Amino acid sequence: MATANHLLEVNDLTIHFLLEDGVVKAVNDLSFTLNAGETIGIVGETGAGKTTTALGLMRLVQSPPGLVVKGEINFEGQNLLDLSENDMRKVRGNKISMIFQDPMTSLNPVMPVRDQIAEVILLHQNMSAKEAIVKAEEMLNLVGIRKERSKEYPHQFSGGMRQRVGIAIALACNPTLLIADEPTTALDVTIQAQVLELMKQLKQDLNTSMIMITHDLGIVADICDKVAIMYAGTVVELADKVDLFKNPKHPYTVGLFGSIPDITNDDDELKPIKGAMPDPTDLPSGCPFRTRCDHVRDACAAFNMQKTDVGNGHYVKCILFEGKGV
Amino acid sequence: MHKYILKRLLMMVPVLLGVIIIIFSLNYFMPACPVARRLGDAATPDQIRQGRDELGLNDPYVVQLGRFVGNIVRLDFGDSFHTGQPVTSEIAARFPNTFQLALFGVLLGLIIGIPLGILSATRQYSLFDSGATFLGLLGASIPNFWLGMMLIIVFSVNLGWLPAMGFDTPLHMIMPVTAIGTGSAAIIMRMTRSSMLENIRQDYVRTARAKGQSERVVIFRHALKNALLPIITVAGLQFGVLLGGAVLTENIFTIIGLGRFMVDSMHRVDSPVILSGVLFIALIFSFVNLAVDLLYGFVDPRIRSQYK
Ligand SMILES: Nc1ncnc2c1ncn2[C@@H]1O[C@H](COP(=O)(O)OP(=O)(O)OP(=O)(O)O)[C@@H](O)[C@H]1O
Ligand SMILES: [Mg+2]
Repeated sequence: MATANHLLEVNDLTIHFLLEDGVVKAVNDLSFTLNAGETIGIVGETGAGKTTTALGLMRLVQSPPGLVVKGEINFEGQNLLDLSENDMRKVRGNKISMIFQDPMTSLNPVMPVRDQIAEVILLHQNMSAKEAIVKAEEMLNLVGIRKERSKEYPHQFSGGMRQRVGIAIALACNPTLLIADEPTTALDVTIQAQVLELMKQLKQDLNTSMIMITHDLGIVADICDKVAIMYAGTVVELADKVDLFKNPKHPYTVGLFGSIPDITNDDDELKPIKGAMPDPTDLPSGCPFRTRCDHVRDACAAFNMQKTDVGNGHYVKCILFEGKGV
Repeated sequence: MHKYILKRLLMMVPVLLGVIIIIFSLNYFMPACPVARRLGDAATPDQIRQGRDELGLNDPYVVQLGRFVGNIVRLDFGDSFHTGQPVTSEIAARFPNTFQLALFGVLLGLIIGIPLGILSATRQYSLFDSGATFLGLLGASIPNFWLGMMLIIVFSVNLGWLPAMGFDTPLHMIMPVTAIGTGSAAIIMRMTRSSMLENIRQDYVRTARAKGQSERVVIFRHALKNALLPIITVAGLQFGVLLGGAVLTENIFTIIGLGRFMVDSMHRVDSPVILSGVLFIALIFSFVNLAVDLLYGFVDPRIRSQYK
């Protein structure tokens, strides 16, 4: 494959949690690519394995019980899974950084926010402690927190401000790739908009590539270039944003958009997706979505989850499209 | 902060007053008579009555209590019945040894307990963890007087390496401090382990790793500082326990300490010493508590912001 063309190329990434009462198959044969400057949205229900995927990319999945079973994470032409822990530390926070899901718990409660930002700067940039503090205050300013508050502790800030601190930490070393794990889910609506606007702005100014994890299609429409729809640990559909919104293929994606166009019957009634995600310790054989799919057929249980290219880099993993690719 | 300390100091007054009333009452209702004890079996009832009159022991309870409190307020703690010396100088002569014994015991506990607890937590379920857990159980269940005697048998009697009596030089201190600190080390280790285990799973630790921080710094700078509160709590409690429980160790190692003096004074029904001694220990314990609370604030800004 033309690895060098992509900033990031994830191939067949599989991450399991080995627990006493079973194996949680959190991420299964997950693949996607991302070009420099691009933003990909990863969309999926709770428990789909989004956070695990993100942590997997940073090699931060807690182990044990977590285990990267197989796969490749080619970043700038180098498989991150081959790096030593020492070399990986030089990537984390520097070239790839992450904004975490829950701003209330992601900051160290006993460290002033300024020091938490300066820490990552000191690790990766050739700066004295003093310079790092100045840079940290600049970063805070960038995310809209006044310098006078930089010596305060996380508990003195609101959730939205803490998330801004998280963003400042993630952006402090000007990363090539930013992974944002539902950066706005824990925030209320007005703050959500502010934080998103801020991220969009920063992405433009710093030309950072981004992986935006969310279950909010509005955010995808707002900020992403392409979208990966995730179900039971795998990407079931991957496409350019416009293409995906106009022309969703996978029944799950169609379901996510709220209406299921039925081939045999023309009513446009809106239906929520029935049922719940299968237990990741006990995934059904073949296609994991078949237990909830309206188009299910016997062959689905034996489907090998091959992806089909339906044109323009629009990929689907569904038996309906098997052999109908371009 | 100063206001908070002042407030806490003022709050000690009612606590100490409570202690005074309780110990005075216990002493008052104790059936033993100090005069009879001092004069011995040959004393006639008349002599005893006269002795008691001189000491005011025949006055009503309330009068005696009032006099006792009044004396304390004037910082007059009286003289020992036994030695005739002022109680304050008797305590001052003995307290430093007891204080050092308890302090070094807790320090030993911290020096051993914290690193072992951290290692146990970062290697949960490993062989090391199991070994440390076993030693911890052992350390917490061995009585310190037994350990003291074993140390004397091995290192003084058999090997002749360490002096078995006294507390004058660092060499003298090794065995008593070990005997008294082992239990604390075990308790502090268990607390460190569980507190660290709780903290190394927290999100902020993951954030620190995501910065590219090394595991050592993640554990010490991030997790340990957050894990300190319960460790400080048990260390403070242990200090109080050792201060009050030093008597056995003092006896075994023949240390001139407050604990031993207090027990001897009880046998002699030396009321002024007993009363002032207990009061003094309660005072020290209150200060230790205050120090622990101030340390909380030093470690955790969320608590500090409440110290107004
Ligand atoms: N440390 C862990 N130990 C065991 N199982 C885990 C662990 N972390 C995640 N899992 C399991 O892996 C699966 C995927 O979890 P993950 O957190 O990646 O989901 P998610 O898509 O991020 O969900 P959400 O939208 O709620 O954040 C879940 O079934 C979860 O229970
Ligand atoms: Mg998640």
